Amino acid sequence: MIELVGVNKHFGSHHALKDINLEVPSGQKLVIIGPSGSGKSTLIRCMNMLEKPSSGQVIVDGVDLTAHRAPIAKVRQSVAMVFQQFNLYPHKTVLENVSLAPIVVSGVSKEEATESGFKYLERVGLAEKADKYPAQLSGGQQQRVAIARALNMHPKVMLFDEPTSALDPEMIQEVLEVIIDLAHGGITMVVVTHEMGFAKEAADRVIFLDDGNMLEDGTPEHFFENPEHDRTKLFLSKILR
Amino acid sequence: MSDIISKIGFLQQGPFAIPRWEALFANIDVLGRGALVTLLVSTLGLALALALGTLIGMMSASHVRPAKAFARAYVEFFQNTPLLIQVFMLYNAIPILYPGLFIPVIVIGILGVGMYHGAYIAEVVRAGIQSIGRGQLEAAISQGFTYVGAMRYIIIPQAMRIVLPPLTNQAVSLIKNTSVIAIIAGGDLMYAGDSFAGRFGHYGPTYIVVGLLYFLMCFPLARLAHRLEVRTRGN
Ligand SMILES: Nc1ncnc2c1ncn2[C@@H]1O[C@H](COP(=O)(O)OP(=O)(O)OP(=O)(O)O)[C@@H](O)[C@H]1O
Ligand SMILES: [Mg+2]
Repeated sequence: MIELVGVNKHFGSHHALKDINLEVPSGQKLVIIGPSGSGKSTLIRCMNMLEKPSSGQVIVDGVDLTAHRAPIAKVRQSVAMVFQQFNLYPHKTVLENVSLAPIVVSGVSKEEATESGFKYLERVGLAEKADKYPAQLSGGQQQRVAIARALNMHPKVMLFDEPTSALDPEMIQEVLEVIIDLAHGGITMVVVTHEMGFAKEAADRVIFLDDGNMLEDGTPEHFFENPEHDRTKLFLSKILR
Repeated sequence: MSDIISKIGFLQQGPFAIPRWEALFANIDVLGRGALVTLLVSTLGLALALALGTLIGMMSASHVRPAKAFARAYVEFFQNTPLLIQVFMLYNAIPILYPGLFIPVIVIGILGVGMYHGAYIAEVVRAGIQSIGRGQLEAAISQGFTYVGAMRYIIIPQAMRIVLPPLTNQAVSLIKNTSVIAIIAGGDLMYAGDSFAGRFGHYGPTYIVVGLLYFLMCFPLARLAHRLEVRTRGN
């Protein structure tokens, strides 16, 4: 579903991603772990071209997004992203947030987009907030709306960049539950997270980034029990304690 | 009554003498027609300035290099030369560049204030766009919006609340600046006042009434700008 071939990313003199080769098959739940500044966000943002790789190829659903005149906007319709800071549209109601892009971008009728949007709001437990504005919701509720907004694009892939890092501790669980519930379905998921419990429970593959290098790549068991590199062991010893 | 008047010298003779006022009010329709021309030039000029300003402000806030460079050059050129000279150039250069092309002075006035205030409005729009967090554009783009679509549905509606007060102030100075077309015989309020006053020397009453008419056009907008500003700050 997603294939990265020899991807490098430079920010000026900083080499943020170093020759990343990664193939994410359809339906896989991939978790990306790594210390701050290791390139996790840069990597996941390359998957929908919010960052353009300096070299290498990004192939999503058979389309080479790094090719000249690639239909990037078209592919993005089926690659939904959930952000750390939610990024809901503050001037739109909750229901408008989830139905705007389907109507404007995908050309779905308003009735249909509203109906399915409502269904996804029910799924994240927020149907009764449909007519509220984002500022009237808690952080956890906003992030669940953001997930409903992503789902209403009927995506093939969902990208999560630290979806719970901006939340108060008591709200983390309600959002993780929604994501774990999604992970039980067939959708392809890539999740950057510091929640090790989530990785153990929901991932079927974990990669570990360190200073732009992909150091580990394997099952959660492999990652947590037999990591290959000392850097990984050090990271885990700090984070798991 | 006339006794009192006779004692107040400046109403008897000089620039503000009563007969001058009478002459002015006998010909007040001249100023009325001028005011209508000013309203017309202001309305269409503002429409042009808004269209240009939105487009160029969006280009200026974008990361497309040629678009950005063009927008910057446009803004710097129009902001850093006097409107008077721009209008004069338009008036005199077009017949040289395109001989035989006749452009009514009113149209030149509309183009002049439209392009000039377009530059200022572009800066207002750019600042408004840049005040909206980058995450909004990224969220929209990640959903498959094009840059222009993201601007239209997500960024501009949010920026609008911030830019409305400065935009209204721009409308006020645009109305006043339409008076530059008087130098090319634009038929506007300033020109009407100038030529009426010049013919008989009734400068005093004429400029007072002309000023009052500009005030009547601008003051409601200035109040509106103030109200919008209070509202924006309130949120
Ligand atoms: N737009 C940018 N311009 C310059 N440098 C950047 C930019 N984005 C990221 N970087 C740098 O690239 C490196 C990787 O950043 P990235 O955001 O991918 O890290 P991360 O693993 O997501 O970290 P965190 O856990 O803090 O979110 C960092 O050193 C960062 O400073
Ligand atoms: Mg990050």
